[in-house]
Amino acid sequence: MAFNQIMFILFSAMIIVFSVLTVTSRKILRAAIYLLFVLVSTSGLYFMLNYQFLAAVQLTLYAGGIVVLIIFSILLTSHLSKKFEHSGWKKNIFSAIASLAGAILSIITILDYKFSATSEVAKEVDMRLIGKSLLSVDYDGYVLPFEVISILLLAAMIAAIVVAKNGGPAKAQSPLINQK
Amino acid sequence: MNTGIPIQYFLVLATIMFFTGVYGFLTRRNLITILMSVELILNSVNINFLAFNRFLYPHKLEGMFFSLFVIAVAASEAAVAIAIIINIYRRFTTINVEDVNEMKF
Repeated sequence: MAFNQIMFILFSAMIIVFSVLTVTSRKILRAAIYLLFVLVSTSGLYFMLNYQFLAAVQLTLYAGGIVVLIIFSILLTSHLSKKFEHSGWKKNIFSAIASLAGAILSIITILDYKFSATSEVAKEVDMRLIGKSLLSVDYDGYVLPFEVISILLLAAMIAAIVVAKNGGPAKAQSPLINQK
Repeated sequence: MNTGIPIQYFLVLATIMFFTGVYGFLTRRNLITILMSVELILNSVNINFLAFNRFLYPHKLEGMFFSLFVIAVAASEAAVAIAIIINIYRRFTTINVEDVNEMKF
């Protein structure tokens, strides 16, 4: 068995096990750490597919940014020692049936479909090519989505500040304050 | 590079991850864990994009750039969602979705 096959099996086993643990763990901080493992293994898969830049973006932005943000909000809003109660078995069973049916249907469709291999030469994805096509207006350029995503990020930043800031008048009404 | 691994393996892996996220989205009641399930779903879609790009259209870069933009959208979505969650916690002192059932005081 080749080395990259062993690596693929390792990464996919980690992804599957830890994503199941993420959605079933009853302690919320552990669920966040399992999510971190899933994201790191996914970036390993990106390295296997030879997309080094995207793997680095995945590591810094997802594993370094979003998971830290999630852990911060967990620490702000939850009691860590508290375990989740089991949601009703009826809900669990019906959700499991729905997701299993969807997964089986999709897997059957994937395995049934004949993917036609291409004869084109693979393009080497280096940093210079990514930067040039991100800022070019030609046929292969992505300057318009780049601008749109920058506006979206700005809007999200302003929205996050505004939404998280104005809790002033509601504070007096919250039952936690009134109890004191 | 990726010799010996068919494209179907990547797609089946992404499918399993996607529907695990769907299961978590349906069963969880805490807002932050629901957000984590959404992150799982977005991540599995990214794997799909990259596998299609690498195996079927290796001379183009559409899949890579699309997943780059998906990551950016996921980041901004997480930021806004966590701001909303903190605001909800201030008003209701809980982030359980079943206890948060009033739109306005």
